[in-house]
Amino acid sequence: MEITDAICSFCGSLCDDLTVKVEDNKIVDVRRACRLGAGKILGHERINSPMIRNEAGKLEEVSSDSAIDKASQILLHAKRPLLYGWASTSCEAQSKGILLGEILGAVVDSTASICHGPTTLGVQEKGLPTASLGQIKNRADLIIFWGCNPIHAHPRHMSRYSGYLRGFFLDRGRQNRKFITVDVRMTETAAISDEFLQIEQGSDYVVLSALRAIVNGKGDLVPDVVGGVSKEELVHLSDMMRSCRFGAFFFGMGLTQSKGRYKNIDCALSLTNDLNTRTKFVITPLRGHYNVTGFGQVCSWQTGFPAVDLSRGAPYYNPGEMSANDLLMRDEVDASLIVASDPAAHFPNASVRNLAKHPLIQIDPYANATTEIADVVIPTAIVGVETEGTAYRMDGLSLRLRKLVDSDYPDDEEILDKIIKKVSREGDVC
Amino acid sequence: MKCDVNIITGRTIDQGANIDNKLSSDYFNACARCEIGAEDLKTLGLSEGSHVKVSTEFGSVVVSIALCDGNRRGVAFIPMGPWANAVVNPDTHGCGMPGFKGVLGSIEPADEKPLDLKALMSLYRGDTYGDY
Ligand code: SF4
Repeated sequence: MEITDAICSFCGSLCDDLTVKVEDNKIVDVRRACRLGAGKILGHERINSPMIRNEAGKLEEVSSDSAIDKASQILLHAKRPLLYGWASTSCEAQSKGILLGEILGAVVDSTASICHGPTTLGVQEKGLPTASLGQIKNRADLIIFWGCNPIHAHPRHMSRYSGYLRGFFLDRGRQNRKFITVDVRMTETAAISDEFLQIEQGSDYVVLSALRAIVNGKGDLVPDVVGGVSKEELVHLSDMMRSCRFGAFFFGMGLTQSKGRYKNIDCALSLTNDLNTRTKFVITPLRGHYNVTGFGQVCSWQTGFPAVDLSRGAPYYNPGEMSANDLLMRDEVDASLIVASDPAAHFPNASVRNLAKHPLIQIDPYANATTEIADVVIPTAIVGVETEGTAYRMDGLSLRLRKLVDSDYPDDEEILDKIIKKVSREGDVC
Repeated sequence: MKCDVNIITGRTIDQGANIDNKLSSDYFNACARCEIGAEDLKTLGLSEGSHVKVSTEFGSVVVSIALCDGNRRGVAFIPMGPWANAVVNPDTHGCGMPGFKGVLGSIEPADEKPLDLKALMSLYRGDTYGDY
């Protein structure tokens, strides 16, 4: 059987043009997916069974009911539970997770806090002059990649939305477009760009500010060299930006994780606003995991915030205080539920040590670093492969992921539902 | 010989392709590495694949060294993952985001081998049980 127009549930590009060949309920071929997507859809080794860490410190296979019982007990006894992850699951599961957080009075945070969390802070200050990827595909004659390397992280982004293909108003595809890459390293994306600005690490804010000054006619205030880049290069870049018909600015962790964090985003958004007084310019964060955008949406519509502390009886949001790493650095978390992510691999070691000190429940299809420090492990079905669900593309377009094969694994939603039932008291809405 | 570096971490396609396959040797090879420019490699007097100890005020880790022509002198790139995170700055500067890029540190030749994922995590578990 061939399934056409299947959606890839790996990165925030959510490519929706895959053809998947299924024989005897097994995926035997995937066409059009990149290496990242094909690897996921063709499958990796899975966690076989629910597990609980025994007194000898070994993970031991148990029944699903025992694992859910143990997980519920851990959460019920916690004073400051953290429910973290959520980027690689459906909006429906995310919604259940936030409900569970409300019942427990937990902090619910997503992988965005170590990814585009600062972007959200920047957007809260300046707004987001953006467009759909479809608009960018059809109109953008200038593309900027700043602090990102889509050839590695979003391999089909350029061929589907931002690079080579023809657009409605760009009938010669790549020939109609100019690419500019700004990065600390000469990346593969930089190598195929028309212009590459190799800036000094941590100088994004000053380079963006210098560009703003030039764009706004205050170039005389800009010194000869900024962030390792000559003023001539910056003037040339600003000329390209001002003279394009439709510019699209994509950015990644190079801005959110470098010195300045959300202030870099604030500055990039301001530059985009400045450029809109002269031409049309839009800006879009390159979101990593396929549904990290969805978590921001779901959490915002359920609680008013893109990440939330529900311990006070009313939703509370203050990144830097209630974000996962801040809580862990203060060793405040006394139990955690990790869904569809791997903080043990992706948090700084000081946070991982504190995460490992307290009971940890993992819900995930795959064994990873977090499994090594988990006390309860519950394997699940893969959304977009073994179960359907809703996800948001990086530009905020919601898409319905399809089920491609049957699976014996329960999905995240089902497991969360069971935990919710166990921890609910009379009067809880669930 | 020691070499001072500004460490940045980030995605690579090999890291991404093995993100759901973290206990594999492919993931280990993709992430337990540090990429530096030719000049720095020469300063260290090492060839690609040699083991080095990367140290910062936040920790140290042993990884393999690799050449990346795209890196300016003094810039070291470690793919995001448990090895990189042994040396990054946990301070979030009040916005939830730790310092995954722009961490000052040094690189020096090492006699030890890089720890695999399980061994690294058993250190964090801080107990004596497990396989290590
Ligand atoms: S670019 Fe992203 S969504 Fe598209 S096939 Fe590759 S991993 Fe999947």
